Amino acid sequence: MKILIAGDGKVGATLTRQLSAEGYDLTVIDSNSQVLESSVERYDVMTVQGNCASMETLRQAGVEKAELLIAATSADEVNLLCCMTAHGMNPNLHTIARIRNPEYTEQAYRMRDTFALSLTVNPEKQAATEIERLLKYPGFLKRDTFAKGRVEIVELRIEETSPLRDVPLSKLNSIARCQVLVCTVLRDGTAITPDGNFILRTGDRIFVTASAENLALLLKNLGIITRKVHKVILAGGSRVGYYLAQDLEKSGISVRLIENNEERCVQLAQMLPQTCVVHGDASSQTTLDSEGLAECDALVTLTGLDELNMVVSLYGASRGVPQIITKLGRAENTKILDSLPLGSVICPKELCCNTIVRYVRAMRNQMGAAVTIHTIADGQAEAIEFRVDEGTLHCGEPLRQLKLRKNVLIVCITRGARTEIPNGESRFEKGDTLVVVSSSDVVLSQLNDIFTA
Amino acid sequence: MNYKMMGRIIARILAVEAAFMIPALLICTAHRDFGGARAFVLTILLIMAISGGLSLVCRGGGKSFYARDGLVCVGVCWIVMSLLGCLPFYFSGQIPSYIDALFEIVSGFTTTGASILPKVEILTHGILYWRSFSHWLGGMGVLVFLLAIAPVSGRNDGFTMHLLRAESPGPDVGKLVPRMKKTAAILYLIYIVLTLMDIGFLLLGRMPLFDSVCIAFGTAGTGGFAIKNDSIAGYSPYLQNVCTVFMMLFGVNFSCYYLLLIRRFRSVFRDEELRLYVGIAAGSTALIAWNIHGMYPTMSETIRHAAFQVSSIMTTTGYATTDFDKWPSLSKSILLCLMFVGACAGSTGGGLKCARVVLLLKGLRRNIRQVLHPQKVQVIRVNDRPVDEKVLANTNAYLSAYVIIVIVSLLAISLDGFSITTNFSAVMACFNNIGPGLDAVGPVCSYAGYSGFSKFVLIMDMLAGRLEIFPILVLFSRSTWMHS
Repeated sequence: MKILIAGDGKVGATLTRQLSAEGYDLTVIDSNSQVLESSVERYDVMTVQGNCASMETLRQAGVEKAELLIAATSADEVNLLCCMTAHGMNPNLHTIARIRNPEYTEQAYRMRDTFALSLTVNPEKQAATEIERLLKYPGFLKRDTFAKGRVEIVELRIEETSPLRDVPLSKLNSIARCQVLVCTVLRDGTAITPDGNFILRTGDRIFVTASAENLALLLKNLGIITRKVHKVILAGGSRVGYYLAQDLEKSGISVRLIENNEERCVQLAQMLPQTCVVHGDASSQTTLDSEGLAECDALVTLTGLDELNMVVSLYGASRGVPQIITKLGRAENTKILDSLPLGSVICPKELCCNTIVRYVRAMRNQMGAAVTIHTIADGQAEAIEFRVDEGTLHCGEPLRQLKLRKNVLIVCITRGARTEIPNGESRFEKGDTLVVVSSSDVVLSQLNDIFTA
Repeated sequence: MNYKMMGRIIARILAVEAAFMIPALLICTAHRDFGGARAFVLTILLIMAISGGLSLVCRGGGKSFYARDGLVCVGVCWIVMSLLGCLPFYFSGQIPSYIDALFEIVSGFTTTGASILPKVEILTHGILYWRSFSHWLGGMGVLVFLLAIAPVSGRNDGFTMHLLRAESPGPDVGKLVPRMKKTAAILYLIYIVLTLMDIGFLLLGRMPLFDSVCIAFGTAGTGGFAIKNDSIAGYSPYLQNVCTVFMMLFGVNFSCYYLLLIRRFRSVFRDEELRLYVGIAAGSTALIAWNIHGMYPTMSETIRHAAFQVSSIMTTTGYATTDFDKWPSLSKSILLCLMFVGACAGSTGGGLKCARVVLLLKGLRRNIRQVLHPQKVQVIRVNDRPVDEKVLANTNAYLSAYVIIVIVSLLAISLDGFSITTNFSAVMACFNNIGPGLDAVGPVCSYAGYSGFSKFVLIMDMLAGRLEIFPILVLFSRSTWMHS
């Protein structure tokens, strides 16, 4: 399948990496020849230099033969124009545009036929939604939902005091007293697919599958104190901050938003009537303290500077804030950040790329194609949801008899309303939904790929 | 530097080379040439052993592979490939000295066609086949072949770009389609189809099958190893004309053929490089035909010889239908200039490449205008697209490196005491991958007279010329091997 990616920025480059590894024919368009050069040297793609909204450039990139265009430049207007032009040149083209400006969100949705958009993505909005989900379930670093909300993969960090410390994984179910499965362990920056004898250490980050109703039980039995969030401090009034404050306002959570640009403060105060917008420097400890850092339930750092977000989060951790969420623009750095108490790390670009990759996979519409996909463990592993259909091999055989590829694990089987965390005796049938976790160097485009050839 | 990855690539290249020796081995057995067969079997076993050993030693290793690794890898690959590829000549005893055998195979792989053999007819069929086939393999590049057949490795395979850039000639190498594997496959497919067409046309002219295949290999790679002492002169005028046409065809940028296939005729006919290429060829043919007028009995024969020699030299093939060393000075000078110009970028030919000539001429014109009008901002355009300044700078750097290498090599081989014309044309003919030069290395002579040292210099020239200098030059750079 031929895909054009317009805009070789942060999102564009991440998409290029992901989609090129999955074997699509990619052409990347950007006006800056230097970023294109680096893309061509790192990935197996073709590049075209020029303005992606112009017909000439699009023609050069072969828009007539393409099946999908992803417009991810920094300007919404360019993205829209690019999609419209391309669609005019090739009516069968699917288009995905990144629209970030909240003022356009509505019209992009209402007028998606006029703009010829198949999908719009808004990384900041997605990040805000994600953060809100995390705030509702304090104690998890990250949550991913599968099978229409019935299954969750949550990320936990093994602390000094955790009852799971120095315990082999086979004992996990008796400690948690519910059906859970550890699908991936992230230790010192490397993802490991563990077996029953694997012993957890302090500092490990584990990714656990559980059914949605067991989440609360899991937290309780693991001795993680959860406290409902009432008071949140947002450091930075970026777009994510605005969306998040808006969502939190609706849930009746008291929000304090610190922003150091006065004009932006006024603007935010106008848009967010319930939020306490504070004009001040979020990096200054006095400001944070005077805004009640010690008493708040959660601190979310959302400034445009990754370094600043980290420093503020670290300060929050030192003051004992129960939940910390850090927004980072560049996810590549997270390997070295594991050792720091930054709480949950949210990367808008990754979230948005996941959405797009999900769309692309669905477009391919193969038998047994993935329904949803989530990147976990800093992009080193993927959790993919598949539907079992008539083409699926080994239906009805117990799992222990199946030969799966290395680093591939079936972590959940959902049948009707029943969710099963599988063991060796479990089996899957036609119509079930499977969640599979694999390390990301294994490319699974359809369910049958999980079996060894 | 990622030595393990490099080792794995070299191991694969060697496996490919060994596989391609099998047809030669079969031809040897078919002609009951058991000495040749023994030589091939020995070589294949040796190559397989080295290849297997390398892949064992180089298991694992990181995935990082940068421009420097690509350049070094291509350089080392070609050297290793040549060192082992010459063994059939040596083992069979048909070329008794190792440096001569090496010279011959490097001349083959680099599609030069310069030979140390005064009489090629003494070689057996299997050896002749391998000698001609080396042109075909070297013409499009063995790494490109590997890219076409190698399994898609999934993540981080952008490194293949470094290999393509280092092995494919031209100032601005790009892909035809987004996937490297497909790009390489398309290039080889065009190459194979054109070669088959060439063989077909030669067979139509009643050339024996073995001759047709060998001559077509030499034409396709723009190499120039013939299997007769008198090169192509003994064949009929029809066959000579077929060769002229196909030499010209193989000197065209292969992306033009791809554009034709996807029906973008306009971009092909408006291509400035192609226009220059055809223009120079037609102009030189006319000038030479006028200059040698009277040397041959008929007008058509005059034009045939002029056209053949011009396309042979310009596409850097090096076949000959007549001893052009006996032509008047003007004609010889024109041929010498054509050696310098060379074929199109992205073809199997060598030389400076027409694309670079276009860039250099336009750059020169800009500099002259800059003197007259210093404030004017000027952008160089080729085919109506602005050219990146980096490409221009690289082209200028290429020209400087080119001139320096010519001068140094000329000085080095002058020790042997041949005439200036001989030495200069020898360096030009080897460095531009043509083959025959003038005077003592003219079309009816050979390079046998040079000393071992000079042959070594010329071997390096041929490799540097085929790989466009830098992959070979970096091997001699201290900074390549430091901090790695």
